[in-house]
Amino acid sequence: MSDATSAEAPGPQPDGHVGMPAVHPRRSRLRWLGWGALAVVLFLVPIYLPGQYLIVSTWVMTGAVGAMGLTMLIGQAGQLSLAHSFFLLVGGVSYTVLSSDGTDGFVGLGLPTALSLVLAVVISALVGAAFAPVSGRLRGIYLGVASLSLVFLGWWLARVLPSIAGSTSSGRYADDLNLFGFDFGEKSPTLAILGVPIGQNERLFWLYAALTLIAYLVARGAVDGRVGRAWRAVRDNEAAATVMGVSVVRQKATAFAVSGAYAGLAGVMVVWWYDGLLKPDEAVDSGTYSTAVAIAYLAMVVIGGLGSLGGAIVGAAVVFGTPLIIPLLSQGDSTAVLSSGGTAFSPVVITYLAYGALVVLIVLFEPGGFAAIGRRIAGRFTRG
Amino acid sequence: MSTFVQVLLNGTGRGAIYALLALGFVVIYKSTEVINFAHGSLALFGGYIVFALKPTLGWFGAALCGVVAAAALGVLIERVLLANAKLAHQDSLAILTIGVDIIILTEVTRRLGTASAPFLGDPYQDVRVGFLGATIEGPELFALLTAVVLIGGFFVAFRFSTWGLTMRAQSENKEAAALMGIRSWRVTASAWALGGALAAIAILFIATLPVAGGAGLTAAHTIAFAAFPAAILGGLTSPGGAVVGGLVVGLAESSAAQYIDNDFAKVAVYLVMLVVLVARPSGLFGKVEQVRV
Repeated sequence: MSDATSAEAPGPQPDGHVGMPAVHPRRSRLRWLGWGALAVVLFLVPIYLPGQYLIVSTWVMTGAVGAMGLTMLIGQAGQLSLAHSFFLLVGGVSYTVLSSDGTDGFVGLGLPTALSLVLAVVISALVGAAFAPVSGRLRGIYLGVASLSLVFLGWWLARVLPSIAGSTSSGRYADDLNLFGFDFGEKSPTLAILGVPIGQNERLFWLYAALTLIAYLVARGAVDGRVGRAWRAVRDNEAAATVMGVSVVRQKATAFAVSGAYAGLAGVMVVWWYDGLLKPDEAVDSGTYSTAVAIAYLAMVVIGGLGSLGGAIVGAAVVFGTPLIIPLLSQGDSTAVLSSGGTAFSPVVITYLAYGALVVLIVLFEPGGFAAIGRRIAGRFTRG
Repeated sequence: MSTFVQVLLNGTGRGAIYALLALGFVVIYKSTEVINFAHGSLALFGGYIVFALKPTLGWFGAALCGVVAAAALGVLIERVLLANAKLAHQDSLAILTIGVDIIILTEVTRRLGTASAPFLGDPYQDVRVGFLGATIEGPELFALLTAVVLIGGFFVAFRFSTWGLTMRAQSENKEAAALMGIRSWRVTASAWALGGALAAIAILFIATLPVAGGAGLTAAHTIAFAAFPAAILGGLTSPGGAVVGGLVVGLAESSAAQYIDNDFAKVAVYLVMLVVLVARPSGLFGKVEQVRV
């Protein structure tokens, strides 16, 4: 999927640039045609792509949605956050509690799944906004480390409240999304297109592609609109923003709310991706909602280029896609997995080394990340 | 009463370890304005060298090599990476050190593998001293003694030596210091060397049974992470604040572990930091940043 959706990434990604000129009617028609083509491609992908690759791409899209939220927070609003994995946890837990019925001693409200999804995103946004007393007072690195405390807090709360978040050993299960009788987890109603049975992987791919697309369009609107201008004003100079009538505290709260909402949606997608399993982490520094994930998201947005939405998708493909795609590509080829002294270079190790190195190289040589590289390539073509 | 004394002793012992880490962190920040997220990895790297050389050189030789190696790695990071990105924003440089941290942490963890957890506190691992009805464990006692000597030495050098003068001058005003003939790169490189060395010394006390539990060196990176809240709550620009922050973090951790539970201890550290930051956004003793419009 990374190819399909990142096709829009090399387009102009205005970073500090504000206000777009009116689009020529022919260009706008072309743009609609492009979106239509993209929708058709995304619709057809699950029919031709094997199931394992669909699993990889749905995971990448989970990362992409979360990373888009973080790139707006860090790149557009200038607020360093290491708390993204905490908001994933908030979204996942909220969805699970709202949608599942309270059996086996778990807390559950048994609401319709679509409503639960919306409410989970809203709750994550509210939690993000509730961080305002801290985010409004701190900036830069102080804010980054302060936000890290949320990850620790979430980790501890999830451990001591097993009736809400499930136990660390076995977790708890949430329901699949059921939209007007169409279930995205199971095969009811059964469906086959061009002779290909549309199972769970195919359904999740459609769902995730649609969610990623919606998330992208909403983010695009926010970044290009009034909200985005206010964020950039705060990022560039808080005092100047205040003088111009931008409420710094409110914009910071908004940025945290929006990024929290995106992370919350990504958190729900994580739960679906694990077949509805929600399981808190054993340790605070490794697991689904750990500091390692918070740093992985940071790596995504840095690799993609801070503030760039298309870049966030590319970053997600690099950081979340690589560890899953390496074993698929090297299947049956034992020489592809290097080993040394008994401790092997597993796909996860390779990915960590690669994205660590990428982060270093990008800060040193191309602070704009992949987005800047894409812009440069695009510029070469348009200017001849 | 003896429980309370025990909490104080544990807290002070661990606080001394955090103070060593946080002090290096603050020295690096003062000289380069870079938040070194790779600090835990510097410590881990030093610890790994000690672990690797211990069978051949013995504990003392290996410890010496580990400290030197971590200092050298610090200088390497500063000279090769940071010195070549002078124009980058300091937040970008902090992100760069996160990249470095990921690389070192991944590689050292891979090398350590899943083999038995290495411990580095050979000479004092089994020492126990009774004190007012409580016992202080060897690693914590020796950490405290080492920290008192080293931190005391640092403050004397910082206040009275030429090196301390150049460092204070540079953190006050970089351009003016350069015009006065202070070689900027020497100051920054020495700060990174000092930070690396202090981190590697701290790891000698972290990778022990009483401090790291059964996981030994493999848990060290996570434990060293508590030096961030220590440095932040003390105020990033203040070496004295780092020491106070280290003690606050150590005491918060040990009392939370005693009176609530072990998991909460890790969280308590961050909650204390959050409360301090909400009250004083630049930490307890940090310089309030002046922003020019």
